Amino acid sequence: MSSRSSLTTAEKAALSIIPANQNPLWEDLLPGGFHWSARIRRGTVLRLTAQAADANLAALFFNAEEKLERYNAPDTLKAQHTAFLTRGHVCYSDMGRILCSVVTDTTGWNDAFCGVSDAEQIKTQYGLRDFGAARNGMYRSGREGLLIEMGKWGLGKRDLVTNVNFFSKVSADDTGKLIWNADHAQAGDIVELRFEMDTLVILSAAPHPLDPATTYDPAAILLSAFAAAPVAANDVCRTSCEQNGRGFQNTERYFAAMPASSLHSSNQAGA
Amino acid sequence: MEIKSITSPASFKLSAPLKESPLTEATAINSEICAAGEPWMGRVAKGQTFRIVDLEGNQAVDTLFFNANNLEERYSPAHTVQKSGQLYLGLGSKLYSSNAQVMATISADTCGRHDTLGGACASESNTVRYAMEKRPMHSCRDNFMTALTTFPLAEEIGLDVRDIGANINFFMNVPVLPDGELYFADGISGAGKYVEIVAEMDLIVLISNCPQLNNPCNGYNPTPIKLLTWEATNHA
Repeated sequence: MSSRSSLTTAEKAALSIIPANQNPLWEDLLPGGFHWSARIRRGTVLRLTAQAADANLAALFFNAEEKLERYNAPDTLKAQHTAFLTRGHVCYSDMGRILCSVVTDTTGWNDAFCGVSDAEQIKTQYGLRDFGAARNGMYRSGREGLLIEMGKWGLGKRDLVTNVNFFSKVSADDTGKLIWNADHAQAGDIVELRFEMDTLVILSAAPHPLDPATTYDPAAILLSAFAAAPVAANDVCRTSCEQNGRGFQNTERYFAAMPASSLHSSNQAGA
Repeated sequence: MEIKSITSPASFKLSAPLKESPLTEATAINSEICAAGEPWMGRVAKGQTFRIVDLEGNQAVDTLFFNANNLEERYSPAHTVQKSGQLYLGLGSKLYSSNAQVMATISADTCGRHDTLGGACASESNTVRYAMEKRPMHSCRDNFMTALTTFPLAEEIGLDVRDIGANINFFMNVPVLPDGELYFADGISGAGKYVEIVAEMDLIVLISNCPQLNNPCNGYNPTPIKLLTWEATNHA
């Protein structure tokens, strides 16, 4: 799927793996620039819905019960021979297990190597707008947002590894020069993450570090949680490459879980 | 989504020119061999030059840098890529820290491309990437753990697994195509090629001289490297 999809918002929403009549367990609106964290349990789908164009959502993932185990960008990329994430990809921990799977993506590309904006960059690019001047309309950076949320769970700078930037696209030419792909995400674009482990999710909706915008106006992201259907043997993320099959096997061993071959798979038809 | 077989793209372009160093081994204040598959850890002071020599060619050298005066500040591949607008390392590349400061600058390079994305091999990721039975094989992450749990310098300064972020792979060629496909390509390094950095702050350097036997990053044959250090006063 190209960036700048021609699909309508309703058509994008219809690509969800969650049936239209299934109610969310909860919903939460993450305002542009703000930060958020929560423990998301295994077997939950978290839907991210961009509320405006040019959204960016920086995300880090930690094993909720052993936070030394965390999202590992190099292992994620090299295991799947990709420099970006989209539907069919998974997010690996540094222990060879799958924290979450990208089961839906209407953008076609989510950046996995650029990291986050920091306070100095935000100030240089957009100007200084602090709480005294703007109250909660203040300008926030991705790094500070992630560190604030991480601090609430006993994590700090040592744990701030390369994050995923959902809704943003950065590619490279044949010399490795980075290319910012403008007009990538549109209002109504959705990414759905199915959590395969109990995961501490850390989010920041501050601007992407390469976003050349001169006004600070990051999009809000609607977070919606749903109960996930069991991961089927023919699940798109499990079967997208043989590596992911082994990643699921490692994850199931961790939970001493029933192998997928014995699970009923009708809910995943067409996945 | 299909994952294609691992084949190198037909051609690629270097992002930076090659340049030999004016420094000679005779004036180095330290010269050590790091054997194939072994870890190494040491200090490089601000202003000093540190050279890694790929003695036999095709070796991948997994390297981490820490600010010796503030260990929470360390090499950050995301900052390095983001601040330079460039995915690969070469002559002139600045290596950025997690605090967005320049830790080191590549001052000489006879190889031409070094990887920022691939990170270190590990027992656990080897099960995913290759096969479950590869788990007992020696790996770079285990090398990092060996250094952090047994080296006197690591015990002295107190680093542990939380400090292991993503590393540089010197001499490793991991091309990314415009459509986002990532390859592990056969090495472009050769016997005697080297990369040299000038430290912009006092550094702790942690190396795993990669023991990976499953992909072409070191020609399926791990080999030794040489590590050299010069004082700042020897700069040309």
